[in-house]
Amino acid sequence: MIRHPGNPTILPAAPLVPPAARSRTAGGLAVAASQGRFALQVCADCGRSQYPPREACVGCLGARLNWRDVPTGGVLSAASTVRISSDPYFRQHTPWRMGSVRLDCGVDAMVHLHRDCAVGGRVSMVLKLDKAGQGVMVALPETDINAMQSDPKFRAFTCDPAGRRVLVTDGRTTFGQAAARALIAAGAEVFLGIAAPWHPFPGQNDLPGTPMTLDLTDGISVQNAAAAIGARVDIIVNTSGYFRPGAGDARAAMEVSYFAALRLAQLFVPALQARAGDGTHPACAWVNMIGINGLVPDPAASLASAANAATLALVRALRPTMRPLKLINAFVGPLDDQWHQALPPPKTSTAQFAQAVIAALRDGVEDIAVGDIARHILAQWHDNAAITLHA
Amino acid sequence: MRQGYDGIVVAAPVTIPYARYSVHGAHHWLGRALHGLVQAAHLAPKDLDGLCVSSFTLGNDTAIGLTQHFGLSPRWLDHIPMGGASGVVALRRAARAVQAGDADIVACVAGDTNAPDSFRATVAGFSRFAIDAALPYGAGGPNAAFALLTDAYMRATGATREDFGRIAVSQRDNARGFPHALLRSALTMDQYLAARMVTDPVALFDCVMPCAGAEGVLVMRESTAKNLGLAYAYLRAAIERHNAFPDDPIQLRGGWAMDRDELYDMAATTPDRIGLLQTYDDYPVIVMLQLEGLGFCAPGEGPEFVRTHDLRLAGDFPHNSSGGQLSGGQAGAAGGYLGLTDALRQLTGAAIGRQIAGLQRALVSGFGMINYDRGLCSGAVILEAV
Repeated sequence: MIRHPGNPTILPAAPLVPPAARSRTAGGLAVAASQGRFALQVCADCGRSQYPPREACVGCLGARLNWRDVPTGGVLSAASTVRISSDPYFRQHTPWRMGSVRLDCGVDAMVHLHRDCAVGGRVSMVLKLDKAGQGVMVALPETDINAMQSDPKFRAFTCDPAGRRVLVTDGRTTFGQAAARALIAAGAEVFLGIAAPWHPFPGQNDLPGTPMTLDLTDGISVQNAAAAIGARVDIIVNTSGYFRPGAGDARAAMEVSYFAALRLAQLFVPALQARAGDGTHPACAWVNMIGINGLVPDPAASLASAANAATLALVRALRPTMRPLKLINAFVGPLDDQWHQALPPPKTSTAQFAQAVIAALRDGVEDIAVGDIARHILAQWHDNAAITLHA
Repeated sequence: MRQGYDGIVVAAPVTIPYARYSVHGAHHWLGRALHGLVQAAHLAPKDLDGLCVSSFTLGNDTAIGLTQHFGLSPRWLDHIPMGGASGVVALRRAARAVQAGDADIVACVAGDTNAPDSFRATVAGFSRFAIDAALPYGAGGPNAAFALLTDAYMRATGATREDFGRIAVSQRDNARGFPHALLRSALTMDQYLAARMVTDPVALFDCVMPCAGAEGVLVMRESTAKNLGLAYAYLRAAIERHNAFPDDPIQLRGGWAMDRDELYDMAATTPDRIGLLQTYDDYPVIVMLQLEGLGFCAPGEGPEFVRTHDLRLAGDFPHNSSGGQLSGGQAGAAGGYLGLTDALRQLTGAAIGRQIAGLQRALVSGFGMINYDRGLCSGAVILEAV
């Protein structure tokens, strides 16, 4: 049990989650939300959009209902504010504004409602992941480009680093350093983990944030870091991993990728989860930099493929157990680093990675691809995973 | 023209007094209702050759399991999972079964139990659409769905909170004479308006109180009722409609509008000749939709109607004679029978509370199942005194 930092007799707000049960079909909403898309089932036979998710078309009874991007506009039919809820999570968050929207694609959806939306007026819809990790309908004012930030209640759907404390795990790499700089520029306070600080590394004389000793290949080191700052960190950005082409020392590769993530999961992340319901800027996310070859193996990087696949499997298995935290996979292609000198572009740059992490946190998405190669492979995988893995 | 219900009567209204909480299961409450029916009609259980059941809290049991539980061997059996429309739909089906000779005496019962967490559990698992697309948005349950309908209705018609208050306050007055109602202390308009908001614009006295209870009636031929020496009323007409107007963005009308002409034609009567209206009242806005849908006023004129009529038992438009669910409590599916049993008592001169003098005709309406964002079932029956 994590106690209040200033007063040990005060219990923090418990890390509760909203109702998490869904039909299997409705899981399509979370898939779309995790990618930042607005998609509903659309009938392949008659073209009618469907909501709530169905097993047969409400227009023609056809069974071929495919998830497709649909227009995001709509009109707010009615609004309410739930002041008394039967659900413990919402009891922490009432009053909670909700409404009913007639979408331009013809369906009616109950929605989480931005405070500036008026009945009868147009709204702009997005699908967001809620604290249970489920995809939910959110209605925003059409004209407010900063709408997810302008209603304080909607912090529940995002992980904006502004005002939060972030641990970037591996400051020995240019990717870790770039992420730290971008997070500071975005308003975060950053702790920057450095393994074996006595060992020279590029950029060591100009490190962003607060450097601290942290070696993810050493459980004692992770434990010490958790004891020192675990009760204050709101976001972890883990840039440790194995991103090299070819073969190599398999055990060492697994140490810096899979086992590093496992140590974080066991020794550090529980401190975040315990504070994930508390305060105006609760602990909210664990980001892992993972090679896209962990999703689709790359024959030119067999060892990295296995190491990243192990990390990815771990993160995905942990996700439902780590709510209300978001577990964000930042998939990278071949990095623009010394190990990939012989590889022609495009390659994932430090700046691309840093900006993509900030955007993912602000948008509250859980699966992002950084750079053209990773985006292309992820698109292939979404299009048809079986063909992508066969090729 | 549909065939009428000639010679079919409804008798033996049974109300098992409600309780806020019960240590017993739904089977207990349904059993007591059946026991009340055989006692009222001086029958043996084996004489019930038809059974129709409605309940939300039977767990995995349905009507078939209850035959063994209660030792009945009916030749006609139905289970109606339609909440607030259960009573109307049960009458409609049972009447046809008796008319066709498939059964002679059908016991129609509805009942539910209520423990401190039952209502939340029922809401949390109510339907697939509710789980996927309603509950995650604040978990307001039916309060939230009806709050949206009420908000839309107020904007469309100019209804005020006082208009809804007229319904709640008049029903409380009716309940004061009905000993089984759980809420019988006086309710003033000021108290109604001052009550705390639950889910805007739905406030405390717009909501029904979940409770345990059961209701039941018998459906049989008139000759059977005469032989048994039972007081009865005629079933003159019945309608039901499901998922009406699915393309409306929000529910401002129920299915009654589609079928009400048939209802009155079948009963050879008109709205102005209805002496008692029993609406399904789990939120006053739905009463408004029934007043409009059943032709007592034009669409959108519900607020004006309640401003210009006295809905109390002694008033010019008696409505929800036992106080409805707003005062009586909502005993799950029994809420779909509450208006039916008390209409039958009123029509047979056997009112528990205040008797409406010279009542000839009652209309009992049902509304049920907020599967997602609107109520799907609507129905109504017209009962006539002998």
